[in-house]
Formats: sequence, structure tokens, C-alpha cells
Amino acid sequence: MDSWHEFWTMGGYARFVWPAYGVAFVVLLGSGWAAHRGLRRALARVASRVRGGRR
Amino acid sequence: MAGRATPWLIGLTLVLMAAGLVGGLWLAPPDYQMGDGFRIIYIHVPSALLSMVVFAVMAVASAVGLIWRIRMAHAVTAAAAPIGAAFTFIALVTGALWGKPMWGTYWVWDARLTSELILLFLYFGYLALVHAFPDRRTGDQAGAILAIVGAVDLPIIHFSVQWWTTLHQGATLKLSGTPMPVSMLWPLLVMMLAFLCYFAWLLMVRLRAEILRREYRARWVEKI
Repeated sequence: MDSWHEFWTMGGYARFVWPAYGVAFVVLLGSGWAAHRGLRRALARVASRVRGGRR
Repeated sequence: MAGRATPWLIGLTLVLMAAGLVGGLWLAPPDYQMGDGFRIIYIHVPSALLSMVVFAVMAVASAVGLIWRIRMAHAVTAAAAPIGAAFTFIALVTGALWGKPMWGTYWVWDARLTSELILLFLYFGYLALVHAFPDRRTGDQAGAILAIVGAVDLPIIHFSVQWWTTLHQGATLKLSGTPMPVSMLWPLLVMMLAFLCYFAWLLMVRLRAEILRREYRARWVEKI
């Protein structure tokens, strides 16, 4: 790549290249977010059981 | 251990992905036939590879779980399935976006594409099956059998381009040497490593959650 214009247009393939990267990153980030949320929920559930057991 | 390893894995993933993206999207020269459209390879090939690696991990863990009755193995399979489904979905979508300018169509019922789509259905089937039983153990066993039997799709995906006449090109990387120049190859290898690290991170996070869900009533989980 010699210029930003070349980079963004991707030699005329921009409408295929950028959506491909966009979909991939949305799915990858979504997977990470879902995994993290699942762990937080599981930890909170255990914490609530422990608190309930101590009462 | 998983708690200590996860920040390192996510850091490594970010560094490798940044290097791979700069290399693949900026530094690598355009392909002489496909032009800049070939740059989809840097996201398509790693996700397609991981879609198969994850299912292989699930099949091995399922076999271990069924033969030696190790509950942790079933937890590994359950934790890996949604990750594998995500990689397979990415591989199919990016493949379709690559196919349109190269083949003139987003989709064709070609052996490679169809067997990869079957892999996505196998992931969905596994996820539906393990949750279809009120008893978790029965669900785990049914899912394990599906994962082991479904693994037959992996060699079909890999060798489909040799066994049948397909629109899909042959293997990008070969053990006997690849025709790709180094300037195009290194970003691909770096992106593959980045995807592997991300998979390892996702698996660790999901596995911790899965174990906590399964062992919710156990005394030892209180120490976590």
C-alpha cells in the first residue's frame, strides 16, 4: 500500500474486504463479551450461595 | 492458573493481531490475480482452521469423557462448542465475501463450502442436544457421541478440494512448502497464532464459567 486512499479502496474490493473484517471482529468481540459475562454470572451465583449459606 | 494466564493470553492476542493486520492489510503486496481482494485470507484462513481445530478438541475431550468418565472433559467440550460455532460462522461469511468477486457468487454447493456448513450445523446440533435433557450427564453423553461421530466431517472438509472438483482453491499452506511469498505468508502465520491465543483465552474463560455452573453446590468452588 502506498497511500491511505489505496488502503481504504482496497483496489476496488473494499465492499468485500471491509465487511469481512467487520463481521469477523463483531463476532470475535461478541464471543469475548459473552464469555466474560458468563463467567461473571457464574461467579455471582456462587457468591450469592456462599452468602446465603453463611446467614 | 487460568486466572493468571488469561491477561497474558489476551495481551498476546492483541499484539499478534495488530502485527498480523498491519502486515496483511498494509505491508503485503496485492495478489497478481486476486488483487487486494485476497486480503480476506488473513481472517478467513485462521477462522476456518480454528473451526476444525475446535471440533477436533471437542471430539478428543468427548472421547476422554466417555471412556474414562472424566466430568471435566465434558465441561471442555461444552465450553469449546460456542467458540467453534463462532469461528465457523466467520469462516463461512468471509468465504462468501471472498467468493463473490472471485467466483461471481456468494455461495455454491461446493464440497468444501457444504462440508463447512455441515460443521456449523454440528456445532448447533451439539449445543441443542446437550441442553435437551433434564439430566446433565445424559446430555453430556449424547453430545459427546455427536462430537465423536461428527469428527468424520473434519477430514472431509480438509480433503474435499482433492477428492472432488471444487470451486474452492486448494490448501493455502502445505507441509511440503507453500507457493506464497514470505511477504504474504508471515502475516497469515501471525494471524493464525493470534486466533489460537484468542481461542485459548476464550476456552479458559468459558471453562471456568462452565465448571462453576456444574459444581455450583460443591464446597471447593467457594475458594475461587
